[in-house]
Amino acid sequence: MARFLIRRLLQMVLVVFVLSVMLFLWLRALPGGTVSAILGERATPETRAALTKALGLDEPIWVQYGKFLWRALHGDFGTSTRVLPGADALDIFLTRLPATIELSAFALVFAVALGIPLGYVAARRANSPVDSGLVILSLVGVAVPVFFLAFFLKYQFAVDHNWFPVSGRQDNLSCTRITNFFVLDGLLTRELDCSASALKHLVLPSIALGTIPFAVIFRITRASVLDVLGEDYVRTAESKGLTARVVRGRHVLRNAMLPVVTTIGLQTGLLLAGAVLTEKVFNWGGIGNALADAFQYRDYSVLQILILAAALIYVVINLLVDISYAIIDPRVRTR
Amino acid sequence: MTLKRTAPLVLLTAAALSMTACAESQRDDSGGSGGGSADSNVKDTFTFGAAGAPELFDPLYATDGETFRVTRQIHSGLLGIKPGTADIQPELAESWEPSDDGLSWTFNLRQGVKFSDGTDFNAEAVCYNLDRMYNQKGAGQTAAEYWTYFFGTFSDDPENSLYKSCEAKDANTAVVDITRTTSSFPTILSLASFAIQSPKALEEGDANNVKAQGEGFTYPDYSMNPVGVGPYKLASYDEANKTVNLVANENWYGEAPKTKNLVFKIIPDESTRRQELQAGSIDGYDLPNPVDWKGLKDAGNNVEIRDAFNVLYIGLNPERNPKLKDLKVRQAIAYATNRDQMVKTQLPEGAAVASQFIPPAVSGYNESIQPYAYDPEKAKQLLQEAGAEGMTLKFAFPTEVSRPYMPDPQKIHAAFTKDLQAVGIKVQEVSKPWNGGYLDDVSANGAYDAWLLGWTGDYNAADNFLGTFFSSPKTNDFHTNVLPWGQQLSDDLKKADAIVDEDERATAYQDLNQQIVEKYLPAIPVSHSPPALVVSDKVEGLVPSPLTAETFDTVTVQK
Repeated sequence: MARFLIRRLLQMVLVVFVLSVMLFLWLRALPGGTVSAILGERATPETRAALTKALGLDEPIWVQYGKFLWRALHGDFGTSTRVLPGADALDIFLTRLPATIELSAFALVFAVALGIPLGYVAARRANSPVDSGLVILSLVGVAVPVFFLAFFLKYQFAVDHNWFPVSGRQDNLSCTRITNFFVLDGLLTRELDCSASALKHLVLPSIALGTIPFAVIFRITRASVLDVLGEDYVRTAESKGLTARVVRGRHVLRNAMLPVVTTIGLQTGLLLAGAVLTEKVFNWGGIGNALADAFQYRDYSVLQILILAAALIYVVINLLVDISYAIIDPRVRTR
Repeated sequence: MTLKRTAPLVLLTAAALSMTACAESQRDDSGGSGGGSADSNVKDTFTFGAAGAPELFDPLYATDGETFRVTRQIHSGLLGIKPGTADIQPELAESWEPSDDGLSWTFNLRQGVKFSDGTDFNAEAVCYNLDRMYNQKGAGQTAAEYWTYFFGTFSDDPENSLYKSCEAKDANTAVVDITRTTSSFPTILSLASFAIQSPKALEEGDANNVKAQGEGFTYPDYSMNPVGVGPYKLASYDEANKTVNLVANENWYGEAPKTKNLVFKIIPDESTRRQELQAGSIDGYDLPNPVDWKGLKDAGNNVEIRDAFNVLYIGLNPERNPKLKDLKVRQAIAYATNRDQMVKTQLPEGAAVASQFIPPAVSGYNESIQPYAYDPEKAKQLLQEAGAEGMTLKFAFPTEVSRPYMPDPQKIHAAFTKDLQAVGIKVQEVSKPWNGGYLDDVSANGAYDAWLLGWTGDYNAADNFLGTFFSSPKTNDFHTNVLPWGQQLSDDLKKADAIVDEDERATAYQDLNQQIVEKYLPAIPVSHSPPALVVSDKVEGLVPSPLTAETFDTVTVQK
């Protein structure tokens, strides 16, 4: 296990390094750039030159990269030029990350809490009308684009009926911020109205973001349970007189969960990507929103840390999935 | 569950509990109902949907309209802007007068004014602020973009600076010396960037400590804790929830704001702003898309149309395409493009065809100039005379952008392309994202023969438009240095700008406007387009400003 972990960690470092080089080169190869984005119509050759020099963008790209790498190794990822000018890029990432995690977590809870039970029910009643209905529902869930669903939910339930807020993470209640997980902060400080408001803001985006993972988890659970139900050991367990509960819990579900866990892991990674769209539609102050802003204004420092961090998170989640594999299925460990 | 497995859970719970113990609510519950209006039919909060987050709150280092919208509420300048117009009016200075040579200006200050921290506003504070701007060092000079733009240089290069010195004659009299006469002074002192801030707070917040660090600037504490003279002061900037909260400034010398709390909710997406207004969670927002104006009005909102203070033009680069050196070719392009129809079909209500490069509200506007008519036959004839039939024109427009003078660049470009093709010009259509190199290609790279661009005025002076466009023949976008009159025009513009007498100056600009359009035509003026803002039917007292310089202290919101 230790050797396995070390090898994976080394791979991770390499992946992040290579990505950082490619990202650095790619961002600077983009047309336009920070200087034009800041100066706009007002740019004169003199102000352009002065700003380019002040931002260190006049140096050869390898020098720029070397400086970036040196600073990054010391925990300094540069300063934002537009998302929050003057703020440390790492700070921006750290204040925005909880928003995205909060949204992704609720979306995932929605997807798992609905996907696994419904998948199990559908498998148990395979080919019944209930099963067909659920399968069709999941098909729709996969097929509907996130942004369309997000717009639809917003229009129906926020604009037309004032049941939920249109956008944002919380009403303007002057809440105390501790972790920047708004629901948690409200609980910690006993500002329960803050938590309630945050929850209310979470409903529509979570559903919008969670629908695809829900559909995928549902289908994998259904298929996997169906598979396991036909296995010899299930029949053996049933015939040796174990109660239905034990058979289901210990033999069917446990064995059927393996592919589901993989799927949840992969979907968690995808959630971060899907969050960009959902955050845009619901004006959610998370990573996705910051990424869009940073890209529009060519805020290099913020773009770099956001993309690198997203990649890192993806890699780490994959690692965790592999580890959980090893825990659920001991055979993997020996490999 | 084994103990081993539950251990992390126990730890987590313990951690959460210990956090609960130390997590104190920092909520300020003192905000009762005092101040503002006692009328119970009005709300004590006005919520405005902003299109972007403010950069910071020290306007000297600010560069964009969303930031200035906020700083205008918490800061004042020596000069202000008369609500609803582009004209200057007294603000912190009650009156001002120049010396005979126009190089020394005496400002008589308003008395009994305090900054929001309770310290006194006086002539020393004025000079402290102007000297502070002038004495920027290092990264501060680059960050103080508006100073560079309007005053030129800083104290380490006094020759090229418009500003010379400031002297506090007595507590209420400040004398400002400048190095040359220009129509821009003292009008530029009405710009939000040059607001007068509390010297004590500037000092304590280390306000000038701007540093270049890793591809950006870092700003001192002061930039997030501004102290100025304004109807409001900053209460909090909730970055995590994208909200800026302002509250009435009890030290404000004027009438207390009609609505005590002013909230800017940052919503970059225009359609989301519209939906928020529809849902009633904001009371208004800026720059509604012209295609939505009717729908917004039908839903009972008030679309407040500002006077147009901008110009859209077709830029031309005779250096890249030598055929454009011929006045006849440039005129042919003017005759060929049906600007009248474009304005009618694509621009919002209140837009007009431009006959010159400044909008009517600017002093020096020449009423007698008629726009070039739409006359494709004449265009063909002119092209033939110039031997330029079938010429190719690389004509560009920006994507991913909507400017007040140009709501939908692609459509405008498509209409003009059709017009140009109709007179036999071969159009090579190109586009680039606004922040993705368009402006670089127009200005620094000179990569297009013709392009769509415009300008929104900063203040009421012809120089702010004409000087920006056609001065500096070597570096301006229109490459006027390759035209025989390029230097002449630049010199004439500088001469006009230096005239001290206002009427005389206006006449000079009227002449110049006529010459520019009839004799030179370095570009084709297209249109002036009014930007709007929209508020719900419950909002009263908002005065739209052509300079988008609204202050919100007169606004009331019905319950």
